[in-house]
Amino acid sequence: MSSSPRILEFDSVEKSFFGVKVLKAVTFDLRTGTAIGLVGENGAGKSTLMNILGGIHTPDAGYIRMEGEPYAPRNPQDAARAGVAFIHQELNLFSNLTIAENIFITTFPRVAGLPMIARKTVRERARSLLDQVGLSVNPNTRVESLSAGERQLVEIAKALSLDARIIIFDEPTSSLTALETDRLFELISTLRARGISMIYISHALSDVMKLCDDIVVLRDGEVVGKSRTAETSTAKLISLMVGRSIDQLYPERTGRPAAERALSVRNLSQPGIVRNIAFDLHDQEILGISGLMGSGRSELARILFGLDPFETGEVLLWGENLPKPSPRQCVRMGMAFLTENRREEGLCMEASIAENMALVSLPNFANRGGYWIDHGRLSKSLTALRGAVRLTRSARLSQAVRTLSGGNQQKVVLAKWLLNRPRVFILDEPTRGIDVGAKYEVYSLINKLASDGAAVLIISSEIEELIGMCDQILVMRNGEIADTIRRPDFDRERILRGALKQSHTTRTSPVETARHDPESR
Amino acid sequence: MVKRLIQSEYLVLLLSAVYFAALAPFTPGFASTGNLANILSSMLPLLVVAMGQTFVLIAGGIDLSVTSTIALASVVGASVATGDQGILSGNSLATPGGILAMLLVGATVGSFNGAAITRFRMPPFIVTLTTMIFVSGFAVWLTQSKSIFNLPTTFTILGSNVWVALPLVAVATLVMHFALSRTLLGHWIYAIGHNKNAAEISGVPVRRVLLFTYIASGLCAAAASILYTGRLESASPVMGRNILLDLIGATVIGGTSLYGGKGKILWTVYGVLFLALIDNSLNLLNLSYFTIMMAKGAVIVMAATIDSVRNKLLNS
Ligand SMILES: Nc1ncnc2c1ncn2[C@@H]1O[C@H](COP(=O)(O)OP(=O)(O)OP(=O)(O)O)[C@@H](O)[C@H]1O
Ligand SMILES: [Mg+2]
Repeated sequence: MSSSPRILEFDSVEKSFFGVKVLKAVTFDLRTGTAIGLVGENGAGKSTLMNILGGIHTPDAGYIRMEGEPYAPRNPQDAARAGVAFIHQELNLFSNLTIAENIFITTFPRVAGLPMIARKTVRERARSLLDQVGLSVNPNTRVESLSAGERQLVEIAKALSLDARIIIFDEPTSSLTALETDRLFELISTLRARGISMIYISHALSDVMKLCDDIVVLRDGEVVGKSRTAETSTAKLISLMVGRSIDQLYPERTGRPAAERALSVRNLSQPGIVRNIAFDLHDQEILGISGLMGSGRSELARILFGLDPFETGEVLLWGENLPKPSPRQCVRMGMAFLTENRREEGLCMEASIAENMALVSLPNFANRGGYWIDHGRLSKSLTALRGAVRLTRSARLSQAVRTLSGGNQQKVVLAKWLLNRPRVFILDEPTRGIDVGAKYEVYSLINKLASDGAAVLIISSEIEELIGMCDQILVMRNGEIADTIRRPDFDRERILRGALKQSHTTRTSPVETARHDPESR
Repeated sequence: MVKRLIQSEYLVLLLSAVYFAALAPFTPGFASTGNLANILSSMLPLLVVAMGQTFVLIAGGIDLSVTSTIALASVVGASVATGDQGILSGNSLATPGGILAMLLVGATVGSFNGAAITRFRMPPFIVTLTTMIFVSGFAVWLTQSKSIFNLPTTFTILGSNVWVALPLVAVATLVMHFALSRTLLGHWIYAIGHNKNAAEISGVPVRRVLLFTYIASGLCAAAASILYTGRLESASPVMGRNILLDLIGATVIGGTSLYGGKGKILWTVYGVLFLALIDNSLNLLNLSYFTIMMAKGAVIVMAATIDSVRNKLLNS
C-alpha cells in the first residue's frame, strides 16, 4: 500500500477501560485522498479508535503520525485545528440553533476588530458551504426542523468550514433513508476527489465495499485484516469480523400468521401526521412498514403507543378499543415499543445496564402490594437476559450504559422490552447500529417471538431487512398507506415506487416544502 | 490511594471526621457532650427537609418552596395548638391536631407544586420559587408578622429534646432510605431523573411519581417545621428563611446531582452532618454571621469541585 502519500499512520495504538484492553496494538495507514473502511463487530473498538483520533480519548500506548509528524490531540479542539473532523455515531448539533450558528459555533467570523459577529459574512459563507454539500435550505433554519440526513450534511458543511483534511464518519447511514444515503455517497466521492481523506465506519458492508479504497477489519480491538477493497469480498470481511462464516443473512421463517387479531387500526387520522391508516396485525405475524423518513411511519408508531394523540379512528388491542391509550396502559397490556432514537427515548445513558434492562418490568419484580423489589430474582433474570440478546461478554451489568458501544446499547433496549414478555412489539429500526452477526441473532429472536405467538410490527429504512423478515409490508407515503404487499409479491422496486411516487411534480413532500420555506416560520 | 479516596462514597463522612478531629483541640467546647447534642439537634430538622429535597432532586426537579412551607406550617400548627386562643387551646387534642394541621399544610403546598409541574409542564424552578414567595407572604399576613407562643409541652418536646426527636428522625431516615433504594417507587424516581422520556415510554407513571416527590418534600418540610417550632418553643412566620443555602448545599455536598438521577439518602445524611459541624464550629469560634456565610459558601463550592473531579475520575 504505497501508491499515494500517507496522511495518517496508526502505530501500535492501545487503550484500556477499567483494565479491559479494548484496543491492542492497532497499526494501519490512511493514504491521502482515499477512503478507508473500518469494520468490525459491536464493541470491536472502532469508535474508541476514532475517539482517540478526534482527541476525545488519549491512547495508553502507541503513536499516531499525521504527514509524518507526531500527532497527539489533547482535546477535540486540537483535533479540529489539525484538520480532523468527526461526524459522530450520535449526531452532535445544537437543535435549538440555526444551521449557520451550528456551522460556525466555534469560529464565528467577526466584524474586524470588534467582538461582534459579522452576520452577513456568516450567512454568505454558510450558504456557500451548504451549496458544496448540496443542501438547499436557508442557513437560518433551525436544526431541529431538519431530517437526520440533512443534519448530517450540516455536520459535513461544518467540517468543510474548518478546512478538514480528514473526515471520520461513524455509522453515518444508520439513520438515513435510501435517498439520503445515495446523496451522501455522491458527496463523499466529490470530497475525496478534492483530496480529503476519509475514515468510514459502517455495519453495512456493501456500502463500505462501494465507497472505500481500503478496508481494515477490527476484532476485539485487534486489526485482523487489511486489504484493498478490490481484493476482498463481503463474505471474507464477515468471516474476518466474526471469526466464522455466515452464509445466511436472514433466518428461515418458521411460523405463519394466526387468525387472531392482536392490534387493529381503523381509519386512524391525525391532521398533518397520518391519514386513514387501517391495518390488522395478527398473532404470530411480522408486519413491516417501509417509507421515507417523514412519511409518518415513526409518528404512527408513537400514536399507537399512546405517546401522541389521534383525532379520529380506532385502535383496538385484542379487540378492546383504546380511545386514549397511554404508554403505561400499553405496556401493561403487553405492548413494547422500541424507539428509533435510543439516546433520547430508549435509554438512561448514565444509569447502569441492569437498571435499564429492568426498567419496564420492575413491577413484576415487586412483591405483592409491598412494592419491595426482589433484587435476587431480578439479577438472576438479568443474567439470563444478557445471554439472550448476546450482550458483549466484557460488560458488567453495573456499568453505565453510556460506556457500551452503540450496538450493545441497542441490545440493552431490546433486552429491557423482552424482560416484560410483551405480546405485541413495535420495533422502530430494531437493528440500527448492530453488526452483521448480531443482526442475525436479533432476526432469529424476532422470528422466535413471532412463532411463540407474539405480533411484531417492524419499521425499517432497510428494505432488504423487511423483505427478509416480514409476512406483509405496508408502504407509507405522506402519512398514508400507499401500498400493501404480501410476501409472495415482495419486490424492492415496487416498495421504492410506493414510497416515492408523487401526486404532484414537486421533488419534496409537502411537509418538507413547508419546512424549507424560510419565510413561512 | 488518593484517587480511591476521592471516588469513595464515604468521602464526605470521612471529611467530617477529619474536620472534627482537626478542630476539636483548638475550639473550646467543640467536643463536649453538650455541644455534640447541640450539633445533633441542629442537624435533625435540616436533615428532615433535606431528605425530601433529595427525592425531588433525584427525580430531576428542585423544590425552593420548602423554607416557606416550614414557616406556614409553623404558624398554622401553632395557631391550632397554642394556649393563647388557639383553635384547640387547652384541648388534649391540641398537639395531635396541630401536628396534623402542619402536615396538611406540607401536603397541600407539595400537591400544588407537583400539580403545576406535572399538569401544566411548568419548570420546577419557577413554580416552586413562586410558591415560596406566595406562601411566605401568606404566613406573614396570617400572623400579622407576629410570633405565636405558649405551645403545649407535649408539642415542643418533639423539637426541644434531642432524645425524643432522634429516634423519630432515625426511623424516618431508614424508611426514606429503603423507599429510595429498594422499592419500585425509588427505582422509578431515579429513572425519571435520568431520562423522563425513556421512563415514560417504559411505562413509568411519570406524573404520579413526580407529584409524589413534591408531596414528600412538602411533608418533610412540615415535619422539619415541627422540630424547628419545638426547638424555639414558638412559631414564627419567618422561620426557616435562611436555610435554603444549607439545604441545597448539604444535599449537593453529599453528592446528589442537581441534574437528576444521582443521589442517596445516606449521602444527604453525611452532607448535613458536614454542614452542621462547620456551622457549629464557626459559631463557637465567635465568627460573625457574615463570615460564617462566606465560609459556608466556600465549602459548598469546594464540595461541588470535588464532585466534578470525582465524576471525571470515575469516567476515565
Ligand atoms: N468510556 C468508556 N468506559 C468504559 N468502556 C468503554 C468506554 N468507551 C468504550 N468502552 C468499551 O470499549 C469497547 C469498544 O467500544 P467501541 O464503542 O469502540 O465499539 P465499536 O466498535 O464502535 O462498536 P459499535 O459497532 O457497537 O459502535 C466496548 O466494549 C465498550 O464497552
Ligand atoms: Mg461505535
